[in-house]
Amino acid sequence: MDEFIATFFNVEVIRAASPILLQGLWMTLLLVLVAVPLGIAGGVLLAVLSVFRHPAVRWPLIAWVDFFRAFPPLVLLVFIYAGLPFAGIEIGAFGCVAIGFFLNTSSYYGEILRAGIESIPRGQVEAARSTGLSAAQTMTWVVLPQAVRNVLPDLVSNTLEVVKLTSIASVVALPELLFQARQAQSVTYNPSPIVAAAIIYFLLLWPFVRLLSRLEHKAVARR
Amino acid sequence: MDSWDRFVFTFFNAQVMATYLPRIVEGFFLTVQLALLIVISGLALGLLLAVVRSFGIRPLNWLIIFLVDLFRALPPLVIIVLIYFGLPSLGAAPSGFVSTWISLTLVLAAFAEEIVWGGILAVPKGQWEAARSTGLGFATTLTHVVLPQALRLSIPPLTNRTIAITKGTALGSVVAVAEILSVASGAVGFSSNPSPLTLGAIAYLILFVPVVAFGRWVETRFAWKR
Repeated sequence: MDEFIATFFNVEVIRAASPILLQGLWMTLLLVLVAVPLGIAGGVLLAVLSVFRHPAVRWPLIAWVDFFRAFPPLVLLVFIYAGLPFAGIEIGAFGCVAIGFFLNTSSYYGEILRAGIESIPRGQVEAARSTGLSAAQTMTWVVLPQAVRNVLPDLVSNTLEVVKLTSIASVVALPELLFQARQAQSVTYNPSPIVAAAIIYFLLLWPFVRLLSRLEHKAVARR
Repeated sequence: MDSWDRFVFTFFNAQVMATYLPRIVEGFFLTVQLALLIVISGLALGLLLAVVRSFGIRPLNWLIIFLVDLFRALPPLVIIVLIYFGLPSLGAAPSGFVSTWISLTLVLAAFAEEIVWGGILAVPKGQWEAARSTGLGFATTLTHVVLPQALRLSIPPLTNRTIAITKGTALGSVVAVAEILSVASGAVGFSSNPSPLTLGAIAYLILFVPVVAFGRWVETRFAWKR
């Protein structure tokens, strides 16, 4: 048991690693602050475009969304990170992560919001238009607010996934939480820093997991 | 060489692609193998946990809820890294393949338990009471009355979640599993040309575009009319 604690919960190692773990945590939070708003903005754009039923809009849109949903995010990230320099473009690890996350997460947010928009009865749009609101006003003030409310559990769930996904940035050497933990582990030959990182992720995300599980059960029970 | 030729030479270099195609194909089948193992064991474990939870044994349920929350909150890559780099200190040294398999199984099981449990909760209480009053036992009611309805409710979210988690097989590249991504990025290093990655990307599309399309179909096919 002592050996187990010395291996996985080594206080000294964790204390020594805590400054770089904290740096990693800030980088992770910064990444979330960039990736989530970018993804939501792109998702709103994709969802609003999906209202146009014209085949010239509809099919490219479906192809775009399915393409980026089919692509594992890590593959996309490595492709951008390893491929762009060959094309003569150097934007650094953070830029690559931002682009990869934008392409991937906006497709997911877009699909969720599209489902939300489709759940709003046509009559709402007709009523809004007949009171004199323009199409854009109807979308912004009538359709989107209700659509967001209807798919709120899915939006929260996807945001949670995005936060967890930031850990793949460690693969392209962006010094976020997991990357720093692995650095500390390889220097100390002790896995405690990774355990510490796992605990940080858990404490950070657990409240959202709880919230989500209540939202989801409510949503199923309402059917 | 104009810029178009350079682009083709860089990203679609036929010679480089031909050299590494066989290895990418091997990686492709390893990915399929890993994904199938994860889907089978993850769904089975998740279903089992949901069934155990429906027996309502308090301490056991708290444990299940904690484990489910834990594996829903932790990033899969963190779990993989923890198992691969952590367990050897205890004397057990799982390979990258086994580490990835175990990690993603636990993650999928956690999500599947939550989804199936949500389905079980959604079956009205009257169904339980009616079944029990016709003389069916608890287990028979669960397997013959409640679960069939609960599973039908669970299929669309379960399909989407399963697809999302199987895409995580690419994470195995971090712990030296010779799946598509790791073969491809290794080849980029050898050939100083990103064409193997293009090949890898195509391999992933061949694998997952049909799966995503299938998920879309399942979603409409099993949609409940509200």
